[in-house]
Amino acid sequence: MYDFLQSLKVAIRGLLIHKGRAFLTSLGITIGIASVVMVVSIGSGAQSLITNQVTSLGSNLISVLPGGRFEDGPPVAMMGITVTTLKLEDADAINDPVNVPNVVAACAYVKGAATVTFGSEALDSFANGVSYTYTDVENAIISDGRFFTEQEQDSFGKVVVLGATVASDLFNGVDPIGQTIKVNREPFTVIGVLDARGAVAFQDRDNQVFIPVSVAQKIIFGLDYINLMRVKVDSSENIDRAKADIEATIRVLHDIRDPKDDDFMVESIANLVGMLMTITGVLKFFLAAIAAISLVIGGVGIMNIMLVSVTERTREIGLRKALGAKKGRILEQFLFEAIVVTLIGGTAGIAIGVLISGLVALVVQSMGYDWDLVISWSAVFIAFSVSCAVGMVFGYYPAKKAANLNPIEALRHE
Amino acid sequence: MTHHDKKILIELKDVHKIYGVDGAQTHALSGACLQIREGEFLAIIGHSGSGKSTLMNVIGFLDTVSRGEYFFKGQNVTTYSEDELAGIRNKEIGFVFQSFNLLPRTSAVDNVRVPLIYAGVPDKEQLERSIEALKAVGLEHRLQHVPNQLSGGQQQRVAIARALINNPSIILADEPTGNLDSKSGVEIMNIFKKLNDEGHTVILITHENNIAVQAKRVVEITDGKIIRDSGSSKLEKIVN
Repeated sequence: MYDFLQSLKVAIRGLLIHKGRAFLTSLGITIGIASVVMVVSIGSGAQSLITNQVTSLGSNLISVLPGGRFEDGPPVAMMGITVTTLKLEDADAINDPVNVPNVVAACAYVKGAATVTFGSEALDSFANGVSYTYTDVENAIISDGRFFTEQEQDSFGKVVVLGATVASDLFNGVDPIGQTIKVNREPFTVIGVLDARGAVAFQDRDNQVFIPVSVAQKIIFGLDYINLMRVKVDSSENIDRAKADIEATIRVLHDIRDPKDDDFMVESIANLVGMLMTITGVLKFFLAAIAAISLVIGGVGIMNIMLVSVTERTREIGLRKALGAKKGRILEQFLFEAIVVTLIGGTAGIAIGVLISGLVALVVQSMGYDWDLVISWSAVFIAFSVSCAVGMVFGYYPAKKAANLNPIEALRHE
Repeated sequence: MTHHDKKILIELKDVHKIYGVDGAQTHALSGACLQIREGEFLAIIGHSGSGKSTLMNVIGFLDTVSRGEYFFKGQNVTTYSEDELAGIRNKEIGFVFQSFNLLPRTSAVDNVRVPLIYAGVPDKEQLERSIEALKAVGLEHRLQHVPNQLSGGQQQRVAIARALINNPSIILADEPTGNLDSKSGVEIMNIFKKLNDEGHTVILITHENNIAVQAKRVVEITDGKIIRDSGSSKLEKIVN
């Protein structure tokens, strides 16, 4: 035990003398450990950001998408294929509590790019054909005027509600209510304006106009199907039940006997969040693996620098042996040097990793995003243990070489 | 009083040292015989390649013999293990080298204490004894100096303090004045003479005659054999 402490002291004295060399050696570990800590923390933060955003879209919402599922894969619609199996009648059926007892409201969507003009002003925007239930299903607040009614939807009324950006860009302070605008050259009367809602998943929700889905289908886009349906359920506890009711209703309407033949997909936000967590979790794992590899490379770097150090200190080693140092003591000295360096480097790496993760969180939060600062202390502990292990493993070979030097030859060296 | 009253410290019996493999062997020592008593002041002289360095390494427990026997203080140390040799070096030998071999960027005190670290002496005692040893060679005002702040003569004095720190049986000096100017060289030789007067056993390795003759006994080695010995062993030749 006493010898052990003495070797430690000799090691620390040795490091203090070769400060520059010790710093260079520890650099590899510091960078490696900092990378791992940052990747795990920033990865978790990104996960939390995505899931927070998605959850803010409504945890009581169920999405119905056209096209079946490819065995636990992403929805067909996500892969860019347009499927035309979902109809407005499906939305009407779902909106009925007789079919889906837990339904609060169901909204159908048809969306496409459109040019919106008022007088001589023109704007590249999006036309959203939605059901009259839009404001019940989405977090959308009317700031001026009103939303359209069921009668206006059934009678193909050419009325439009403007998103906040469209209203401000086209009207420049003039009251839009009652004015006529053209959507893809079709005239519509403005009946309402929505409050600004900001961006979600990098989509500007304020640069859109809202018209009845029936009108969008028939007059603007010339389609008979819908892109998407969203259903608000009364409580998140009833989501699974509502999901089952929705599936049953649509199967009846589409004459589907076997669930495997479904030409639609029902997703709850909760499911979506789960899927996103899986995808981002895999990404996070791969990034962490890359960071771990950088740690190993750092370890190899340590071994190389220590080998150089042993060569440079050959005479010193020969002298110590001549003065009575046994093999084991030399081995201890150099092994401890490696371990102390990697411990210090690892601690610095953890500190830097935590610091930078905190800074990133601060910056992203100040940009208005819902980013959580996540420090996984288990990752920190693992990183710390790894840095010790790296020191022991990669420091052993050079230390052994030092211990095995022949004192006579060593003293003659250089 | 003759030397015969003093104990025999070192006894080398027909010692051979062979390097290399069959067909390409070097015989560094070919049957060297030597007897050294406590308190002697001995110079080993020879040209380069004579085997004097090998002889020093064997005496100083840095190297083992291929054939023959080495008795130290009556004990047969011929077959000692590496660790045992390290232990006996630490305790019994005080090395002084031609190129001083001080640890660079390390203070005089921290240089002198090194043998005590490997002897398992507590830190506080290490410091106290190191300071005392440096005072004894006149360097009490240079305790914290590092080697490149010291002259050659001063560095060699630090090395001598280090050599003495563990109270070894033998001071083994390899060309101690080789890297010194003549004035420092004289200083160092005087220190050795003083140490010998105080009872230390001093063995000097040199190739210079004028250094060798300052010792009390001169042993000449050529081709791995001792060919001339001015010392008391003339009267007590070791029989092969």
